[in-house]
Amino acid sequence: MKRRKFDAAALPAKTAGAVDDRFQVATPLRKLLNKVFPDHWSFLLGEIALFSFVVLLMTGVFLTFFYEPAMTEVVYNGSYAPLRGTPMSAAYASSLDLSFDVRGGLIMRQMHHWAALLFMAAIVVHMMRVFFTGAFRKPRETNWIIGSLLFWVGFLAGFTGYSLPDDGLSGTGLRIASGIMLSIPVIGSWLTSSIFGGEFPGEIIISRFFIAHVLLIPGLLVALISAHLGLVFKQKHTQWPGPGRTNENVVGERMFPRYALKQGGFFMVVFGVIALMGGLFQINPIWYFGPYEAWVVSAASQPDWYVMFLDGSTRLMPAWQINIPIGDGYVIPPLFWPTVVLPGILVGLSTMYPFLEARQLKDYKHHNLLQRPRDVPARTAVGAMAVAFYIVLTLSGGNDVIADKFHISLNAMTWAGRIGLLVVPPLAYYVAYRLCLGLQQHDREVLAHGVETGIIKRLPDGRFVEVHQPLAAADHDGHGELDYVGWVVPKKMNRLGALGPAIRGFFYPIERPAEAPVSPGHPPVEPRPEREEITSGERR
Amino acid sequence: MSIHTEHQTPQGREPLDVNDPRASRFDIVQEGARRDDIEIVHYEEQVVPGSKAERRLTRTVALMFLLTGLAATAFLVIYIWWPWKWEAGRGGDKLYTPLLGLTLGVALLGIGFGILTWGKKLLPKEVSIQDRHDQPGPAEDRKITGETMLYLADELGVKRRPLLGVSLVAGLLPVGAVAAAPLVGGLISNPHKNNQMFTTGFAPAEGGKKIRLVREDGRPIRPADVSAGGQLTVFPGIEHGVSNKHADSPTLLIHLREDDAQKSREANSRAGHGDYMWGNYAAFSKICTHAGCPASLYEQQTNRLLCPCHQSQFLITDNARPIFGPASRRLPQLPIEVDEEGFFVAKSDYTETIGPDFWERP
Repeated sequence: MKRRKFDAAALPAKTAGAVDDRFQVATPLRKLLNKVFPDHWSFLLGEIALFSFVVLLMTGVFLTFFYEPAMTEVVYNGSYAPLRGTPMSAAYASSLDLSFDVRGGLIMRQMHHWAALLFMAAIVVHMMRVFFTGAFRKPRETNWIIGSLLFWVGFLAGFTGYSLPDDGLSGTGLRIASGIMLSIPVIGSWLTSSIFGGEFPGEIIISRFFIAHVLLIPGLLVALISAHLGLVFKQKHTQWPGPGRTNENVVGERMFPRYALKQGGFFMVVFGVIALMGGLFQINPIWYFGPYEAWVVSAASQPDWYVMFLDGSTRLMPAWQINIPIGDGYVIPPLFWPTVVLPGILVGLSTMYPFLEARQLKDYKHHNLLQRPRDVPARTAVGAMAVAFYIVLTLSGGNDVIADKFHISLNAMTWAGRIGLLVVPPLAYYVAYRLCLGLQQHDREVLAHGVETGIIKRLPDGRFVEVHQPLAAADHDGHGELDYVGWVVPKKMNRLGALGPAIRGFFYPIERPAEAPVSPGHPPVEPRPEREEITSGERR
Repeated sequence: MSIHTEHQTPQGREPLDVNDPRASRFDIVQEGARRDDIEIVHYEEQVVPGSKAERRLTRTVALMFLLTGLAATAFLVIYIWWPWKWEAGRGGDKLYTPLLGLTLGVALLGIGFGILTWGKKLLPKEVSIQDRHDQPGPAEDRKITGETMLYLADELGVKRRPLLGVSLVAGLLPVGAVAAAPLVGGLISNPHKNNQMFTTGFAPAEGGKKIRLVREDGRPIRPADVSAGGQLTVFPGIEHGVSNKHADSPTLLIHLREDDAQKSREANSRAGHGDYMWGNYAAFSKICTHAGCPASLYEQQTNRLLCPCHQSQFLITDNARPIFGPASRRLPQLPIEVDEEGFFVAKSDYTETIGPDFWERP
């Protein structure tokens, strides 16, 4: 029998055919390749969180090869001379080895930490985007809830993660965590004792945190993130209103070729930025903190930024202790309210918000078009209030550093925080509401009267008026007939093509300014002369 | 290739025969999109093939990829040959991690921006419109699915045979408890074992032997070791007394100045702690009653002790009463005296509970 000649060109087609014979993928794959995604810069924020998570998984696996989750006491004998001979836990010693005696270990640890900070930051900003544009409305309430839970699970991942090195700073954090658990009425002491395996600190908490940090919590995160993405995929992305865009369609680019390519590039950019930060910016220098000792702490002991708001709420809480005079007497310590009750309320409010708003507005329709924040002043104002609340708490979490750097009394900072927490959010509500109304009004004004041209005309009676370029043919009293459609209203002449676009170039102009029409009498009609590229001039 | 069509419903068009040899590849792609209810309404090359702009962009992308190769090679060279072991002083090893970050970052950004430029500038721009199809399914389907599920319940016949339902629940509940049992049973730990929440390392040893106050290195302390206005962190002089095994024992020994000591004594006797001080020396728990951080910043002038974690402040001359911040309970005081050899000892254990508050603290 004659052997058939091998045909390399036919190989991909043959393989594809063989795969489809077995798995019938051609149709679903076509649908996937064709899926249309709307495009806007603000849709990339969630992606930053996703990509940071991928970096977290990769760097985290590396770290587990060298980290030892044990609290047995060892004497450090590694490269870092200042700590040599110090008794410490095996966890801290292995974290130091990871930083000093594993080649490239420090950059991995720092990238892991930076990626975690970026992950949480991207989640928060993404959440704000979704909130302020109304992307959480029906049918996407479930995904909003999953997203809110992702913040809290990420919070736990961060806390268990930065506790693992068992250094002086993180040990103090653990001690506070044990105090928080203790403060829970009735079950506090039993809960704490069960989690720490006895009295604080015990000898087991680090290995329990380790398994939570590398298995349980990441597992939960992967599950939630998959559900989150799956729902975005199933329900299709929201889009901004605009020409041709309706509640029933998606206007954008197909996944292939361009969209996927841009996503891939963006992942590499996020990865690259994390690498730069991990290498160039020091984070959590555990070797300065020393091993955890129950009696050592320094001023300016701050947790990671996303935990700081709880630190702040704890600092601002007045010393209100509730005594229950039954039997020997029972106590609800003041620590309970800002660290257990407040987060509980925040979880409840944030997850329930879509339903609260739908109920308030009696709005049970499907919404696939986003809203500009200005068009929903009440929601925007509530969001501003929440952000203000969070910022006051976060600043109060570092109020000792602020007091120190700006020479302010520490107690004054605490009082400023206490009062600010009550005063600033309502103020933010009011200001945001007025801003929204003002912006709305300006949009309507431009639609009715036209764009300001910057040309001042003197009338025969001596008055000065600015000439406006109407956006549509005007009716008899000079007013246009345009309706607001929920999207950007052009407010500058160059947006209408009546002036040349802004001159391009970052440091210096890379093109000649286009000829701008001079007379306001016939602005947009003359075609703009073709641009010439500036050459070195040698050709002349 | 550049197309621009008026948006029309996909249905209003003749389907393309994909086996037609005259159909171009793009025709087939467009037909595929149509089958997914996608209308490509605008598809336009951004650069003219062979134009100067295209060549320039191609060069830019290629340059970025080459930069990536260069930076990645630099990363490897640095990774292998740069001195990386920590040494005292400002050696080159301090640059190891920054250089790795710089080269790795540049390599990744090069490939990232290269791909982005390729995709954004060299690939055709498009506007496609896809139908969402997110309206609820046909009412009939809803009904059929609902009926099918109810049919399942009918066939099981729990209504007709209530015993089955009851016995199933009665059987499953304990199984659920079995799943929880090992977890709860294994983890649970009695917080009041050995009275551990109410005792510290200063509890007198077997036979009532009083425990000495020692320094971090284990040496006992004479009154002369702490000057007036000074303070010292002390630990129980027992095995592991300085370690985290006795995390609730660290204590601040303070030598008060004469007039402050007088105030403290008066406050002490008001609180029924008349004999807790020895001379002008007083000892207070260092573990904050708020969240358990060490309250370790002692301000000599005002006799205030500040906890750096949440800024609770305690007035030492008034039984360490909390005077600012979130703490609601005074720092427990350790009754001290000097033994026959002239070293500080604890008369007894603390008489109040150490550390953060909890529900059943008496």
